Amino acid sequence: MSLHSIPAPVSAPHTTTANTVSRVMATVMLALAPATLFGFWLYGWPAIYLWVITVASAMLGEAFCLRLMQRPATPILMDGSAALTGWLLALSLPPWAPWWIGVLGGLFATVLSKQVFGGLGQNLFNPAMVARVALLISFPVQMTSWVGPLPLDAVTAPGPLAGLLITFKGMPPGLDAMTSASLLGFAKTEMSRGIDLLQSLTQAPALSWIGSRPGSLGETAGWLIAAGGVAMMALRVITWHIPVAMLLGIAVPAAILHAIDPAHYMSATTHVFSGGVLLGAFFIATDYVTSPNTPRGQLIFGAGCGLLTWVIRTWAGYPEGVAFAVLLMNSLTPIIDSYVKPRIYGRDRKGTALEPVK
Amino acid sequence: MGLIERFFKEPRWGVHPDDHKRPAADAPLRMLPPPARLYMPLHQHVGGAARPIVLVGQKVLKGELLADAQGNISAPIHAPVSGTISAIGEVTAPHPSGLGFAAITIDNDFAGRWIETDPVSDPFALAPEEIARRTGKAGVVGLGGATFPAAIKFALGKRLQVGTLIVNGGECEPYLSSDDRIMRDHADQVIDGARIVMHAIGAREALVGIEDNKPEAIAAMRIAAAPFPEVKIRPVPARYPMGSDKQLIQTLTGKEVPADARAAEVGVLVHNVSTCAAVHKAIRLGQPLVERIVTLNGGAVKTPGNLFVPLGTLVDELLDFVGRVATPARLILGGPMMGTPLLHGRIPLVKGASGILAFDAQEALIPAAGPCIRCGSCTRACPMGLLPIEMAAHIRAGDLDGAVGFHLSDCISCGCCAYVCPSHIPLVQYFSHAKGELMTKERAKLRSEATRRLAEARVERVERETREKAAAAARRKAERDAAKAKTAAAALATTPVTQVEGEIA
Ligand code: SF4
Ligand code: SF4
Repeated sequence: MSLHSIPAPVSAPHTTTANTVSRVMATVMLALAPATLFGFWLYGWPAIYLWVITVASAMLGEAFCLRLMQRPATPILMDGSAALTGWLLALSLPPWAPWWIGVLGGLFATVLSKQVFGGLGQNLFNPAMVARVALLISFPVQMTSWVGPLPLDAVTAPGPLAGLLITFKGMPPGLDAMTSASLLGFAKTEMSRGIDLLQSLTQAPALSWIGSRPGSLGETAGWLIAAGGVAMMALRVITWHIPVAMLLGIAVPAAILHAIDPAHYMSATTHVFSGGVLLGAFFIATDYVTSPNTPRGQLIFGAGCGLLTWVIRTWAGYPEGVAFAVLLMNSLTPIIDSYVKPRIYGRDRKGTALEPVK
Repeated sequence: MGLIERFFKEPRWGVHPDDHKRPAADAPLRMLPPPARLYMPLHQHVGGAARPIVLVGQKVLKGELLADAQGNISAPIHAPVSGTISAIGEVTAPHPSGLGFAAITIDNDFAGRWIETDPVSDPFALAPEEIARRTGKAGVVGLGGATFPAAIKFALGKRLQVGTLIVNGGECEPYLSSDDRIMRDHADQVIDGARIVMHAIGAREALVGIEDNKPEAIAAMRIAAAPFPEVKIRPVPARYPMGSDKQLIQTLTGKEVPADARAAEVGVLVHNVSTCAAVHKAIRLGQPLVERIVTLNGGAVKTPGNLFVPLGTLVDELLDFVGRVATPARLILGGPMMGTPLLHGRIPLVKGASGILAFDAQEALIPAAGPCIRCGSCTRACPMGLLPIEMAAHIRAGDLDGAVGFHLSDCISCGCCAYVCPSHIPLVQYFSHAKGELMTKERAKLRSEATRRLAEARVERVERETREKAAAAARRKAERDAAKAKTAAAALATTPVTQVEGEIA
């Protein structure tokens, strides 16, 4: 009778899903790819350079921290989370921002808001949004200078070399005229000058030929972002709860107040399609690490993100509020998670055993 | 079923692992030639180990009682073949520790002679108690893996007036098909056994839940159940852990078994299809449980399929019979989701063994655990509605009470959470560890409580004795005083004694 030598037993289950963290990250990246490529085409070489710089810096920051802690960097970098963080940050930046914005942002994201907390899964706040807010507060000018879309095949679009110059040396005077405020920024400034929306919106930053406005890659390619989000739901990487709740959280109050006073309150569609709302709803607020775990908790979280975004945009000093709203709700995630739990089989919501019913 | 209905009715819990049931499930049942030597462990069931009643050297017939039930919850063990008892002692038992367990060793005489059986032609004429008694004597235990003595469940069902018998043909564990096979090949035995169980517990109806990935079994069972309107065949969605009692009860009846309560308290009792077939044999044929169907499956098995095997056969002999493609990288008793890993194949087959899996290197590979990314997959998958990450986090931090606060005790160890985790965190390992620790603590507490009670009783006894002594002394003194007083009273005959001191107080 043979005596097999079998490795030390592990407890059940003896089988596991083929899913892995890297696969999850890769799926998210794939879902982001169409919007990103479209953005590259719209904003040309400077946008491509900025994206590369931001992603690389985020990965470098992570590698540096891992080295510092004497942990092997390659396998952890391979999980893709650092690259994804950099990618999301890049999509929320002004596409023609200077190179150092990308470098600082990428490093902020992985070093200060992720590795300092203990790495993947340990951070309370969404790293990409922490980086974005840090940049916005430190460099308000660079972070609010947007350019109109200038598709790669346009005559005036900068080529690879001119693009490099824009990214590394700043905007040449000739192209300076291209910069403008985003729609939200413009409306806010006009409003503060006493010009209401009914007038200001008629001369708002021009809609480009595909119906997009100047903005970040994630804003301009709104429809593709939404399509990517829906694809992620179909692939069960995310559930519908956070995106739907967030979109409703912003659209419902916007629609109500717009119906009452269109001169002072933007419409629901303007809100939903401008700024980072779509990117936020599908890709940022749905970040696993920093959002609640239960469906009901996610509904609360999403609705909070939407509502706070709308409140900040409408009444606070900043024209855009997605990043702030997400960070505020991130801080509530542990509380939501400790109050909103699934009902346990055989118990009521409070955890008391049910009464037997024959 | 409409799409919308399907969307809402489909359970949200659980997982969909690749079932790997075919081709093993489709291969015809094979008979294992009985081996030369068999090892019958004394402890193959929930409850107390059986007590040997045979001697070394004694000749036994197939089905003869080897060891009798011992204690309130226990089951007897019978000879799986005819032959001679060659040893009563330790062999390796199916437990991760690989430690030895007491067993009775029989040398097969290959005569295959049965003991004289006591068949019953009309079980429905017997009293329910008599059915329970015969089932208990035949050593029938839950064959789905729970191995709880069947007769004790009958008595419970009768006492709590259970109306519905649920026959569990879920068999949701991947790779396994022994229940599938018994339903396909012996549907009449299963249905008859189920009707006998209904009679034993006084149930009015039987619902047979079969996962819809076993269409052949459903068809065979429908035919066998056709003459009996009280036995209803109910296909259920294939979803792990549908075969878990609580989930099957919920799916079939919409009832939830309250936490810390038994299924019988909501009017249902669950028995596995193979258990029903064993009851049929025990009552109709008078045969004790000495053989069963077991699935041999996995990448390292050359001819996967189901075998009809005498209990007590070594796993290695089963593997020799079906052949090995490669040295198994992992050997499992039971299914891949909840089965017990075996250290080696020198382990006898027991009553609760529905399958033996021999995994090849690729199947056995579980990637190294990574950090939790809080994806929530485990929470969504948990059929009990628990929060596996929270429990694991508390256990990792050494805070067992914290984990208990998240109702660790409700965890059925189904493995869904660990299965879906993209970081491959061995969540169930944490839970088993914590449950083990808690059990040890609980035992220690009971022990110390018992000690404390004993000590308290002693203190009390000493105090009582002291009190009694003092009281006796006081009484004697009082008597003496009374005597004195009497003398005094006699002396002062003019003063009447009207009251006794005690009465004033
Ligand atoms: S093993 Fe326990 S915690 Fe995990 S899914 Fe099953 S019941 Fe839930
Ligand atoms: S499935 Fe794994 S990674 Fe996801 S939340 Fe649960 S433990 Fe964490």
